[in-house]
Amino acid sequence: MSVYIIAVFGVLMVFAAVYAIYSRNILSAIIASGVISLLASIIYILLAAPDVAMTEAAIGSGLTTVVFLLALKRINRLRGTEEEDVDA
Amino acid sequence: MTLGTVIGFALILIGVWGMLTRSNLIKIIIGFSIIDTGIHLVIVSIGYLPGRTAPIIDGAVDKARAGLEVVDPIPSALVLTAIVIGLAITALMLTYAVGMFREKKSLNIGDYKELKW
Amino acid sequence: MLRRIFAAFAVVLLAMALLPFITEIHPFQELSPVARHYAEKGPDELGGANLVTSVIVTYRGLDTLGEVTVLFIATAGVGFLLRRDERDEEESAAAAGTDESGSAGNSPRPASELLMSGSMLLFPLLMLFGVYIFLHGHLTPGGGFQGGVVIASAMLLVMLSRVSLHLNHTVLGLVESLSGFSYVVIGVVGLVLAGGFLDNRILPLGELGNLLSAGAIPVIYSLVGLKVGTELTNILETMKSEEEL
Repeated sequence: MSVYIIAVFGVLMVFAAVYAIYSRNILSAIIASGVISLLASIIYILLAAPDVAMTEAAIGSGLTTVVFLLALKRINRLRGTEEEDVDA
Repeated sequence: MTLGTVIGFALILIGVWGMLTRSNLIKIIIGFSIIDTGIHLVIVSIGYLPGRTAPIIDGAVDKARAGLEVVDPIPSALVLTAIVIGLAITALMLTYAVGMFREKKSLNIGDYKELKW
Repeated sequence: MLRRIFAAFAVVLLAMALLPFITEIHPFQELSPVARHYAEKGPDELGGANLVTSVIVTYRGLDTLGEVTVLFIATAGVGFLLRRDERDEEESAAAAGTDESGSAGNSPRPASELLMSGSMLLFPLLMLFGVYIFLHGHLTPGGGFQGGVVIASAMLLVMLSRVSLHLNHTVLGLVESLSGFSYVVIGVVGLVLAGGFLDNRILPLGELGNLLSAGAIPVIYSLVGLKVGTELTNILETMKSEEEL
């Protein structure tokens, strides 16, 4: 049973990773990389590692995303005028 | 083979591909964090033993038979510290990216040619 | 184009290197001898119900000390790089006059009423939850690292809702260095009074499953929690602090 759940989340993670790499919008890419960590934390629960799941949910999808966003905000502020067109 | 290992390896490969082909500095750092997640997934899935429960001695686990009922606690411990370090390293990399942007006003890795010839 | 071909070549090579791990190496059916020792003897030796915590804090305590050191160095690096840049920028902005003031949103906009009230309500609860997580690290999933992260998130909420707030760096630095120092002191005390560096048996082990059990593990993990919390708060505060330009 849990094998199928892991498989579904794994496919979602791979999609999110490809999207994070290929998205033209840097904001979507950052959110997608947060989604990867969140799905990974669910897989950790199924792999009987609740400690790791807590850490990954709090750090991987929480603080890492925030740190990315703060850096992006800083870069946009340095850029000055145009805000949204940071693309690959 | 276990499924977690396969997913982890897939994430590692996608992350390496992203780091090598993207030219935006932030995209490269995102690729790094994808590799990070993949490696953590591989290590945790190596420690998983089918049909066993989390390594916490409570009502669900008999203390005398703990060696037969819980999964390996060592990979969990390793990954737990690795995740925290990963955040710190990501923050440091992003700080460097901000500093580089300040110098050249560009996030494109192709614009940094100081070492070329 | 050439770059993509080389990248594809590298990825294919890496995939070929990883393939044997999937096809040829079989997953374990038994715990390794070390893990078996931790699982069977751990609760009696150290008194901690959460085996992951026992491994992190005591069996591999020295590794955790190194890990906290890495975290400290990374925090110092972030602070050093961004603070120096900020000073340069202030000088150049002062020299160039109106150069910086033109960009949008330079004067911080006050947060909305909803965010202010919500953060006022949530901040004490989040702090309490963080303390709960690291105090119960030896009984339930969680511990110093997770609790520290929750505390840093609470501080982040306050930073987001009160844009002009300045954290007191003296207090942050004091808490951070004192907890790191006490961590090492407890380790040395373990070396003197018990079996080795960071041995938790300097305090009575108590009964398995009680809050006051597992010797020094709750103390050590609380110190780790404070240290991680202040360090991550420092990283977030440094990365956010461009508002004051």
